[in-house]
Amino acid sequence: MAAAEACVGQVVLPGDVLLLPAHPDEDGERLRLGGGAAPRGRLLCGPGLRRCAAGLLVTKCGLLRHRQTGGGAAAGGAYWVDSQQKRYVPVKGDHVIGVVTAKAGDVFKLDVGGSEQASLSYLAFEGATKRNRPNVQVGDLIYGQFLVANKDMEPEMVCIDSSGRSNGMGIIGQDGFLIKVSLGLIRKLLAPKSEIIQELSQLYPFELVLGMNGRIWVKAKTVQQTLIIVNILEACEYMTAEQRKQALAKFSGN
Amino acid sequence: MTRSARASSPSSRPAMKATPLSNCERRFLLRAIEERKRLDGRQCYDYRNVRVSFGADRGCCIVELGKTRVLAQVSCELVPPKLNRPTEGILFFNLELSPMAAPGFEPGRQTELLVKLNRLIERCLRNSKCIDTESLCVVAGEKVWQIRLDLHLLNHDGNIIDAASIAGIVALCHFRRPDVSVQGEEVTVFTPEERDPVPLSIHHMPICVSFAFFQQGTYLVVDPSEREERVMDGLLVIAMNKHREICTIQSSGGIMLVKDQVLRCSKITAVKVAEITELIQKALENDRKVRKEGGKFGFAESIPNQKITTFKMESAAVDTNNVEEQAEEIITKADPPSEVFAKPILHTPGTAQIGEGIENSWGDLEESEREEAVEEEGESEATAFEVQKMETEDTSTLREAEKDEPIVLSDSEEEEVIILEPQELPTKARPQANLKQENTSKKAFNKRRRKKRAVR
Repeated sequence: MAAAEACVGQVVLPGDVLLLPAHPDEDGERLRLGGGAAPRGRLLCGPGLRRCAAGLLVTKCGLLRHRQTGGGAAAGGAYWVDSQQKRYVPVKGDHVIGVVTAKAGDVFKLDVGGSEQASLSYLAFEGATKRNRPNVQVGDLIYGQFLVANKDMEPEMVCIDSSGRSNGMGIIGQDGFLIKVSLGLIRKLLAPKSEIIQELSQLYPFELVLGMNGRIWVKAKTVQQTLIIVNILEACEYMTAEQRKQALAKFSGN
Repeated sequence: MTRSARASSPSSRPAMKATPLSNCERRFLLRAIEERKRLDGRQCYDYRNVRVSFGADRGCCIVELGKTRVLAQVSCELVPPKLNRPTEGILFFNLELSPMAAPGFEPGRQTELLVKLNRLIERCLRNSKCIDTESLCVVAGEKVWQIRLDLHLLNHDGNIIDAASIAGIVALCHFRRPDVSVQGEEVTVFTPEERDPVPLSIHHMPICVSFAFFQQGTYLVVDPSEREERVMDGLLVIAMNKHREICTIQSSGGIMLVKDQVLRCSKITAVKVAEITELIQKALENDRKVRKEGGKFGFAESIPNQKITTFKMESAAVDTNNVEEQAEEIITKADPPSEVFAKPILHTPGTAQIGEGIENSWGDLEESEREEAVEEEGESEATAFEVQKMETEDTSTLREAEKDEPIVLSDSEEEEVIILEPQELPTKARPQANLKQENTSKKAFNKRRRKKRAVR
């Protein structure tokens, strides 16, 4: 058993048990799952970690990450495992891209790449009423957010935020192209000030929608330009930052 | 391995649904095909990279066709022959689509696709009479060899039939059955230690080549990928051997094909089959040599490991205070430079491949960009080659820079350390110059290609 702090940035494997970090204030030791603002010194258990009697049990293989949450208490912060996988597991609040597979009564069934299809009410669009239904066809792409994502229940999506605004969500246009990449790459692209996105945006204008379920929708002016972006994004999976910069420099130089 | 897969019990849980194809994907693919563009930067008549690797046992191989992978295993046993054919051995072919290949596949279920593929394999390998079944007879009417070919799809990225037919024939060519002797009534089966196992007698190697048709046959694409298969209107599969004899031809999808089109397809097939046959023979020869010399062979040796570099830790700030101590440390613990970066293609024993296939498809993009400008076609091969060269050149310049202090770099993290040193600055300009050089040489390379095409 190793202390959790010592393992940050290292590879952990399922079954590893990490010792809880030493906590100066005893009351702040309770563990909570998921995100959200944590009080001082509180420890958060992110994806790939589970609390067990002895400490933290690792359930995925990957790199152990740690982030100090605000306040700066020595023992607090969030721990999670950065793992490489392709299969998406719905998480409440995630923005994903789904494909409409069926229209059943007043709900649409969406394929989001999870083990089960998600349901989306036709009322969960901005400005939708019983009279004014959104025009959704089978096969359309929808960018939405998970409202309900439980282990044993059908996930439920919405295309509006809590104030009823669309906030960028809704039906994605008929043009463009959809690709699937690993979840790790999506997280990397969605990171604030992602280098890849910044470098790409200097090439030429294009539209991009990133779903946490590993799907990316791309649209540029021509088929050719779209294909270029698609291939760059797919190639990013297997390149180091160094290689990417080199290749992009070569690309924009031509 | 094959046995356990076959014995998988029907699970109570239903298989996952296959990912549906969205309208925008369909539309985009069709538009791209109209513009004669393909997702991976191939031309309409280009085949994906084919790689053949052999297992440790005889008669076992994996064939990769782009990202499609098929595992083949041949086995044999002595059985009584069929009543109506007492002097002929028995051939048995079986292709299986496991959910490992694509989430939509269910184990042990006879889907329409599976039946169609099995039927095609059978027609390609059995009905073309490529294996001499009479030579499999041990005692007429009593004992014959039954040769069983199991094919497993490991990953599905389109064109299963081509990959399966290549894997099947390679495995059959690679297979050795135990030697037998008949003295009177007594049949002796020799172990490999007693007598060398004997190969099957194979007359020719039939190989399938698939053509996908779009817009009622207006557009034609060779070796369709999974997404192209989903939007195609019709499929034409031609099995041919290198003597240009058509072994099987099948058109599905119900499209009307013009005579010229079929003739054109058969001509393309002849070219592709010649290439693939040569590759197979080279791979078999390579494997034979390695086994004879007692070198390392088998999947563990021949399949290059793919590295995912997305999560690689990058040292953000470099402490330059104790660089010299660090350098000393590196010298003491020096390893040979990591071979992965230097040569992405492993020409290890038991492998052979068409083209220089590495994971990134940078070349293609870059190629397509130029295509816009110069309105010229390129080949991913050429650029992949270039990328590889660039990498090697890069490391070599770095190593040159180290001449004054003989450090052998083993870690990319340490490379950064050295780049940041002030006296190393002039070398930074080097890769750029190399780049330009590369560009010109590539153009020349392309020109050569163009000429070749014109000749063709």
